[in-house]
Amino acid sequence: MRIVTVCGMGLGTSMMLAMNVRGVLADEGISANVEPVDLGSFKTMPADVVIAPREMERQVTGTSAAVVLIDNLVDKDEIKSKTLQTVRSLQG
Amino acid sequence: MGSTAGLAGVVTADTIRARIAVTSWEEAVRASGELLVRAGACEPPYVEAMEQAVRDLGPYIVLAPGVAMPHARPEAGVVRPGIAVVTLDTPVPFGHAANDPVDLVIPFAAVDKDAHLATLQRLVALLQDQTALDRVREATTDEELCTALGLEAQDTQTN
Repeated sequence: MRIVTVCGMGLGTSMMLAMNVRGVLADEGISANVEPVDLGSFKTMPADVVIAPREMERQVTGTSAAVVLIDNLVDKDEIKSKTLQTVRSLQG
Repeated sequence: MGSTAGLAGVVTADTIRARIAVTSWEEAVRASGELLVRAGACEPPYVEAMEQAVRDLGPYIVLAPGVAMPHARPEAGVVRPGIAVVTLDTPVPFGHAANDPVDLVIPFAAVDKDAHLATLQRLVALLQDQTALDRVREATTDEELCTALGLEAQDTQTN
């Protein structure tokens, strides 16, 4: 499974998000490729799941990827529950 | 249960300010960014770029309740890696639907992703440590803020 975390520049927020998502998936024994990207690269990067700050909802919808929107980007519980819900639904 | 989320080695005393007075998010970004300029971490255009990024991309840099982390691309004027930690006397709204208003502003200048990662991990650890975060917010002087961040309070030499 390919997961991208997105922010404006691919430097701050998306990296923090990627670190947390990797931690969550590792804890659950789920293997996935998690890459932080900026908004520009996101459009050219095929992914199964896109995880982004809620404020970027408009910019990340419209691709084939399932969208996960996070309010608090350092809240492990929020990231965990939302990510796992989406990842598990795709694993079906 | 002692906190190990200190930022010693990541921030220095000259880029820390407690309870500064600002009346808008723009002022908060400029005032905190100015610390990075004075510390030699970035050129003034970088601060303008941080402000413009919020206008262009939205307030997603308000990544947790009350916490904004303004930043821009390295090529906008970063000289060397740097982070400032500023608390606000009165919280200001950035226009974020869930996490406004902001009372903790942490602007950073990064040169490349890899060098930046270790620093980010320390910051995330701090932001995930509610006890440490409370101490940061309760600090009323620069010295108290230094202590809350795990730095030795010391005389600073800017300029």
